[in-house]
Amino acid sequence: MKQESKAIIDDKNIEIFIGRFLRLGTLVSCGVALVGGLLYLVSNGMQQMPDYGTFHGEEAGYTSLPGIIKGLSSGSAREIIQLGVCILIATPILRIVLSLISFMLEKDKMYVVITLIVLCIILTSMFGGLKV
Amino acid sequence: MYILTFTLILLAGAYLAGLVGSLTGLGGGVVIIPLLTLAFHIDMRYAIGAALVSSIATSSGSASAYVREGITNIRVGMFLEIATTIGAVTGALIAVYTPVNLVAILFGATLIFSAAMTLRKKHEDAESNGSPWAEKLKLNGSYPTKDGVVHYKLRNVGGGFSIMTLAGVLSGLLGIGSGALKVLAMDTAMRIPFRVSTTTSNFMVGVTAAASAVVYLQRGYIDPALAMPVIIGVLAGAFTGTKLLMRINPKKLRLIFSIAITLVALQMIYNGLQQKF
Repeated sequence: MKQESKAIIDDKNIEIFIGRFLRLGTLVSCGVALVGGLLYLVSNGMQQMPDYGTFHGEEAGYTSLPGIIKGLSSGSAREIIQLGVCILIATPILRIVLSLISFMLEKDKMYVVITLIVLCIILTSMFGGLKV
Repeated sequence: MYILTFTLILLAGAYLAGLVGSLTGLGGGVVIIPLLTLAFHIDMRYAIGAALVSSIATSSGSASAYVREGITNIRVGMFLEIATTIGAVTGALIAVYTPVNLVAILFGATLIFSAAMTLRKKHEDAESNGSPWAEKLKLNGSYPTKDGVVHYKLRNVGGGFSIMTLAGVLSGLLGIGSGALKVLAMDTAMRIPFRVSTTTSNFMVGVTAAASAVVYLQRGYIDPALAMPVIIGVLAGAFTGTKLLMRINPKKLRLIFSIAITLVALQMIYNGLQQKF
């Protein structure tokens, strides 16, 4: 039943690996959010709910990776949750990187280019100063 | 209300969202956004941030299973992600200039459309003649069934690509996965068999949502206290849903849920028109 593939790996192996990777990413992010969430509830659970009715945006600490890492070192529960969120967002983006590597190994030039285009669009939105 | 009480209610709501989402194919945002805005009067922008988080969680969580079964067409997904990510970033950018009430009305309209899409007849057959573009882009594929491997070909690559761009814009603007539009592009325009369309759409939702989530995170739309119960609840719900799916027939559930969603959607549109957001 082996497919006639001259490449080092075939689509099936890649699919299994990407599947495992996606699961790992969600589980890790969920775990980190859970730890941060428990800490947050222990220290803030009995306070009144903050006002979400008007939008004021999160403070700088939660909105950038350096800010979140800085907050982590001070053991802030909200920053730990936000790290979980970042891992969650990073999972599909890293999945694209994995696909890129697999298309390279398969020597599928067209799909290397297509994957690079997708990756560039996301990286542009990350670093391109699109912070309106 | 205490933070603890609120978090537990949100956790239960997110669990329900993940459960129904995995049973009916509708994304978590469909439940999360109305719950936060209509029940808790939370600002639409925080709701969008939470909904994007739930879309990524559902997509990555369930895609991991489908991809391993070999039904998802990774090449189709990657090619169409060019369209959805451009759309998503554009949508997230124009969201700043879009009045919140208009976002609510658009969201309501999208909900009604999504509800109708889950009830419509599906395109099940594999096409045997595809377009030259599908051939050139290596989009034609195959998937395993009980009766052996089925090979299928694609048509109307351009049409599918355009609908995907629109799906991306809506996803970025409204914070939803816009799975219904993605399936429309693949199932109706490109004539991909239904099982492949839904799983590939699910696979793509994570990347589309991540593209706009980056913009929203930097803008402060994602509140950790809202995101935490959403991630955990949605994942737990989706997990239960995939277990339940083996034992129940989702047809009746889809009908009930579609009616419920339409009612919620009408309320969103009404409130939007009354400038209540």
